[in-house]
Amino acid sequence: MNKPCAVELRHITKRFGKVVANDSIDLSINRGEILSLLGENGSGKTTLMNMLAGIYYPDEGEIYVDGVLTSIRSPKDAFDNRIGMIHQHYKLVDVFTAAENIVLGLDEPGKLDIKAANARVREICERYGFDIDPTKKIYDMSVSQKQTVEIVKVLYRGADTLILDEPTAVLTPQETEKLFNVLRNMRADGKAIVIITHKLHEVMALSDKVAVLRKGQYIGTVNTGETSPQALTDMMVGHAVTLNIDRPRYENPVPRLTLKDVTCYDNEDVVRLDHVSFTAMGGEILGVAGIAGSGQRELLESIAGLYPVAEGSSIRYTPEGTPESELVGKTPMQIKKSGVALAFVPEDRLGMGLVGSMGMTGNMMLRSWRKGKSVFVDRKDPNALAMNIWKELEVVTPSTEFPVRRMSGGNVQKVLVGREIASSPNVLMSAYAVRGLDINTSYTIYNLMTEQKMKGVAVIFVGEDLDVLLELCDRILVLCGGKVSGIVDARTATKEEIGLMMTRVGGGKEAAAHA
Amino acid sequence: MHNENKVPLIRLAKRDLMEPWKVWCIRLASIVLALILGGLVMMIALPDGATPIDGYSTILAGALGKKTAIRQTVKLAVPLLGCALAIAPCFKMRFWNIGAEGQITAGAIAASYFALYWVGRVPSVLLLIIMGAAGAVAGGLWALIPAFFKAKWNTNETLFTLMMNYIIIGIVRWLQGGPWEGRPGSQIIPQFDRAATLPKVLGIHCGWIIVLILVIFMHIYMNYTKHGYEIAVIGDSVNTARYAGMNVGHVMMRTMFLSGAISGLVGFVVASGANTTLYDGVAAGVGFTSITVAWLSQLNAFAMIVISMMLAIISKGAETLQTRLAVPASISDIITGILLFCMLGCEFFINYRLIFRSSKTEKEAAKE
Repeated sequence: MNKPCAVELRHITKRFGKVVANDSIDLSINRGEILSLLGENGSGKTTLMNMLAGIYYPDEGEIYVDGVLTSIRSPKDAFDNRIGMIHQHYKLVDVFTAAENIVLGLDEPGKLDIKAANARVREICERYGFDIDPTKKIYDMSVSQKQTVEIVKVLYRGADTLILDEPTAVLTPQETEKLFNVLRNMRADGKAIVIITHKLHEVMALSDKVAVLRKGQYIGTVNTGETSPQALTDMMVGHAVTLNIDRPRYENPVPRLTLKDVTCYDNEDVVRLDHVSFTAMGGEILGVAGIAGSGQRELLESIAGLYPVAEGSSIRYTPEGTPESELVGKTPMQIKKSGVALAFVPEDRLGMGLVGSMGMTGNMMLRSWRKGKSVFVDRKDPNALAMNIWKELEVVTPSTEFPVRRMSGGNVQKVLVGREIASSPNVLMSAYAVRGLDINTSYTIYNLMTEQKMKGVAVIFVGEDLDVLLELCDRILVLCGGKVSGIVDARTATKEEIGLMMTRVGGGKEAAAHA
Repeated sequence: MHNENKVPLIRLAKRDLMEPWKVWCIRLASIVLALILGGLVMMIALPDGATPIDGYSTILAGALGKKTAIRQTVKLAVPLLGCALAIAPCFKMRFWNIGAEGQITAGAIAASYFALYWVGRVPSVLLLIIMGAAGAVAGGLWALIPAFFKAKWNTNETLFTLMMNYIIIGIVRWLQGGPWEGRPGSQIIPQFDRAATLPKVLGIHCGWIIVLILVIFMHIYMNYTKHGYEIAVIGDSVNTARYAGMNVGHVMMRTMFLSGAISGLVGFVVASGANTTLYDGVAAGVGFTSITVAWLSQLNAFAMIVISMMLAIISKGAETLQTRLAVPASISDIITGILLFCMLGCEFFINYRLIFRSSKTEKEAAKE
């Protein structure tokens, strides 16, 4: 090890109840180096770094900062040790300017001198190549600018060890490249940088070293130059997996759901969907891509009758053999009663798709509770269904009455997807169906989606990982600021094309021609 | 070496799901702790030579020692139990109805109208049924108002229901001094006729039978009906309820009507059975104390019988404590308060465990 060691972790263990999130982990972070902390969702990356940031306190183990044994009990302790973390969810005051947010909470003696603060912020920005105006209000900023404010905030406090938790999740490919340049500048300045990620290409493009975690275990650290994406995947997953998703073609897809000029506004009259028109075909997986918050949630909820749409919107449902129907203006119950077989796996699993305090049986009842004339609920059929899903999808739970809130993320999703598929839908919508799931469960979900497609179901799959969308879907619809930026053929489109379309409506005009 | 001083003194960690018997042990322990703490407070007021144990035995003897005492205690427990049953579905739905006090009063007013002006017109049994029904409808309608505003404009139900209490109590004061006043200038509504009072069973007005029937009704309603399922889902997540096609506003209004109706029925029981008249203190804080009962019983209908009896015993026994040992009867409020504090506090220990600095060893891990 030629570079000086900034922070060293020894035998760090953290448990949450029975779950061991980190099991005796050793890790060293060096100055002038970018370390990627790689692992699947739920492998304990964020937990480990939260202990450096003072959010959690380790159950066992020691932390050395510059070779001195240190105890980090609070975020303030972390700053005193010049460690700063940029979390996934930004913590900024919307009505304050960038500089005001940056100095917020700093315990400097004397009067607040905002001019001096502005000047210092500008100086930091120049030094590393950030591009923000310290007097701009947060609510006027884009997601990437907000992120910049968070990074500057940490630097302003004098941090020389920076931890970034999945910084690229909300960025476009272009913004990501900009961020990487800034990080490289900081590396040249001798900072120690940790980036938490599960995206392999970023690891390869940016970092000097890669530390891999798997299910709370430390697997090892390798030099980026001496490894390959395949080797890293093997370390992450534990065994070699093929990254290929099976994508059969359905013989003759038919239009199933036709949206025309669907427009909707949120509580503050901001337009969320702007004249969205497309057709979802039975026997096809239609991917929906876009930067987070481009209208994905509103789109699915409008179709499900959960989000009010503006006048002039039309959502036509055209099942084979039966008369078509208009979904706009109907409540979810009316949609269901009019015989529309719509299944919906929402993004917020426990907050919308499931009842956290109930077991599998209680959650199966969400679809069937109203059946029959009796005032009493039927628990027998839902229980049989729960038993079935428990067995078929290998849900790990002690019983069908065990609260789903207590299950792990993957099992929660199996319960939800299992229930929705069991309703034998004609249209299946899912939002971020594999978020937080390990690779095996993710593939279970992909296979279930493909299986439904081959049954002639129209699948609408909102996703965030472009690689997956490109391998799983037949067509991809790209949303940008609530508008349809374009629809591309997933078999021929490239990631760069889609990336451009995510930031600009119609981004690559030639790309839209594929639709 | 390891710098012990730098480790935080106490840390919190989330627990796994505990076994039910352990959970009940913790709850039991919290009751014992509350009684010990209550005993310490009692010692301040107790005369020389008397111990808290004397105090508690006086409370028990005062509440359950004689037949008449038991009757008095049950009479105290009846409205508490009835009202706790009424607010249980609201709380399950996370609709914070703290207006039971007013809903009782509304029910009592409606029942009193028929007691005062319909007596003699219909046979006694029919009159009582009319009074009960009127009380239930009035309580239900009174509760429906805040629910309607909540469903329509998402107003804050806590403030709304609380404020409604003062309005209805003001109405009773007006009735007392105005249209329903008995002897002019007395500010008192006359006693009900015998025909309008609840008959006695085993020496206590038959309201106790009514609330026991309500216990069974509420248990079935909450656990086995579609309505109960809707309430449980809404209490967990309104979005999930909407997703499942439930009409949340409708369920809210229906549940509040039911809740108010039961409170109104309790109002009828209190006015017709216990007081045989109407006055502005008809609810006597029952609407608030019953929140304690409902919460301590974890919204379990059968547990409410035990808890309401427990609070009634403390309250009744404290009167004896005052007469015999000159300890102020308000000690019962203190003990109830400590009990609530300990029992709600113990939920924290059911969900989390503390790790002390010294115990940060492998033993700790093994204990889990």
